[in-house]
Amino acid sequence: MTDVSSAIAARATPATPPPSAASRIEGSSRGDRVYRWATTGFALLIPILLTFIAWEVFAAGWPALKRFGFSFFFTSDWDAVNEHFGAAPAIFGTIVSSIIALVLATPLAVGVAIFLSEFAPTWVRQPVAFLVDLLAAIPSVVYGLWGILVMVPMLRDHVIPFFKNTLHLGDTPLFSGPAYGPSMLAAGCILAIMVLPYISAVTREVLAAVPRSQREAALALGATRWEMIWDAVLPFARSGIIGGIILGLGRALGETMAVTMVIGNRHEISASLIAPGYTMASVIANEFSEATNDVHVSALMAIGAGLLVVAIVVNAIARWLVWQTGRAGGGQ
Amino acid sequence: MKHWLSLAVAASAFGIGCSSDSSQKGTAGSSTRVAGTRPSSSASGADLTGAGATFPQPIYNKWFAEYAAKNGVKINYQAIGSGGGIKQLQEQTVDFGASDAPMTDAELSAAKGGPIIHVPTVIGVVALAYNLPGLTQPLKLTGSLLADIYLGKVTKWNDTRIAALNAGVNLPANDILVVHRAEGSGTTFIFTDYLSSVSPAWKSGPGKGKEVQWPVGLGAQGSAGVTGQIKQTPNALGYTELAYAQQNKLPTALVQNKTGQFVAPSSESGSAAAAGALSKLGGNTDYRISIVNADGAQAYPITSFTWLLVYQHIKDAAKARKLADFVKWAMADGEKEAAGLGYAPLPGDLAARLSARVDSVATSASSGAK
Repeated sequence: MTDVSSAIAARATPATPPPSAASRIEGSSRGDRVYRWATTGFALLIPILLTFIAWEVFAAGWPALKRFGFSFFFTSDWDAVNEHFGAAPAIFGTIVSSIIALVLATPLAVGVAIFLSEFAPTWVRQPVAFLVDLLAAIPSVVYGLWGILVMVPMLRDHVIPFFKNTLHLGDTPLFSGPAYGPSMLAAGCILAIMVLPYISAVTREVLAAVPRSQREAALALGATRWEMIWDAVLPFARSGIIGGIILGLGRALGETMAVTMVIGNRHEISASLIAPGYTMASVIANEFSEATNDVHVSALMAIGAGLLVVAIVVNAIARWLVWQTGRAGGGQ
Repeated sequence: MKHWLSLAVAASAFGIGCSSDSSQKGTAGSSTRVAGTRPSSSASGADLTGAGATFPQPIYNKWFAEYAAKNGVKINYQAIGSGGGIKQLQEQTVDFGASDAPMTDAELSAAKGGPIIHVPTVIGVVALAYNLPGLTQPLKLTGSLLADIYLGKVTKWNDTRIAALNAGVNLPANDILVVHRAEGSGTTFIFTDYLSSVSPAWKSGPGKGKEVQWPVGLGAQGSAGVTGQIKQTPNALGYTELAYAQQNKLPTALVQNKTGQFVAPSSESGSAAAAGALSKLGGNTDYRISIVNADGAQAYPITSFTWLLVYQHIKDAAKARKLADFVKWAMADGEKEAAGLGYAPLPGDLAARLSARVDSVATSASSGAK
């Protein structure tokens, strides 16, 4: 967590690379060479492992992909009895629940970060920052329990009736259908809480890395405190904040347990936010243990492969954005 | 810093890939997973190992604990699901399997150790639990009505068809919130087996299976998830094992049986169903039978056996003997525990027949080993 934020923050400021260690290793003792080879081996282990996992997952999912073709990703059938599988509802649910989470969490997280880095007195900053970071340490199954016992009944009894009856949105597609409680909305809400600490911690560090001169210049030009933040600090930190949001997105896409407990686990694409849905990760978690026929297992593996691709793409984007931040930050 | 990030990429992708990878191993006949998780007999001190259904796990655990205390024979049981139990038995990595659904012919022929026999152990009773706060008397339902509720044809609690069965009951004008299991489950198999037997539309539609394509409703994970969902959601209806409905003090519906009686789910009505089904059975059955919608005025219609699966020819004669002795003990003494845990005991004559049958397994093993 803190590593994430400090790493990204550090990219925001131009870091002088450490003097190359390689030149010193040349002609060194045997101990140094052993050490070098050992660390190189450890470093290589990770990409090798990743490749191996990806290969295994794709190989296991291949029978399903071959049988259902590309339409596997675009059909909604999920019928274990007749062996028809389509991952569209799970993909849809993964993306929609993550988007809801980001829409809810981003303003809150960035707001918290701005308050903590720009306004809060020191005695408030430390404890609040600690508590926000602590949200990331809560196991997801605990979030799920809280979701089932507290959040879902609250959504069902208060929030959804408010949208349906008070705001008269019951007839719009977004709030149509019976209110079970477990729903896409519930999944988005629980994910929002779970990704909030990631976005907020990264944003906090990025804001802290904005040079003092930037702020002072804005203030010297007659900007109010708010104008200083809005016009001088946030633009400077923008790419870093986006990197933080994407890291949060990566977390939301892969989250399994808490989502499974509140999303309602239904293979159906519905426009309604209060209808139950499914995500890729929760389909695998729910169905693998009792998936007996080979096509079913393979279909689950194909979903796993899809999720792997999504995760890699999202992380690649995050890395690229943070790299951009480093370049932009270097221009000051 | 740059290096740190590439690590983050790998690590987060790995986090997802990792869970998928452990899943993958099951595909190839689960041999890898088995090798990793199955404690070898000598290492754990277990005399017999088994794997399979979660549905009978509470009673099996009680049996194994009691049996170990009494006879010193330790049995290690892993409740990994019926599917996993069947796979492990096929690969001969466990001494016995356990399943809520009988093995299909294809599954039987894929077993590496020869013919497998099915030994019913207890009867599972699936109750229809509901949450209707204003209701004081038990709800009455018929099979075809249940099928239509789960097909999404009957959507309101005050539907005329429900009202007709429950005269004088004040039914709310609310949506029926249908709850089902999210994952594959023996309970789902029993319930959909029943719906298929009473509703042609269900049979040709979703059909029967451990996991079906549900026309309506929401999925909750595990029996605890289903009962929890019903308990906290007004207007919810769902199927769950009798024990879970009882423990959560949820009201359960009376379901009309084949003879037209409305019967409450209970240990007695479950045993009555088995007795009714067995009365029509020949002596040479392999016990791979469904007992839903059974005959008998007192029979509750949504019930099923749960089975132990054992090879007919076990190479290790000592193991075969231990297994047979355990089953005989379970049939004689273990059955008494069933009612207290929400299951129904086997009818007495069936238990006696099964004892004799497993005895023959042990005998054939010891003669074959010579």
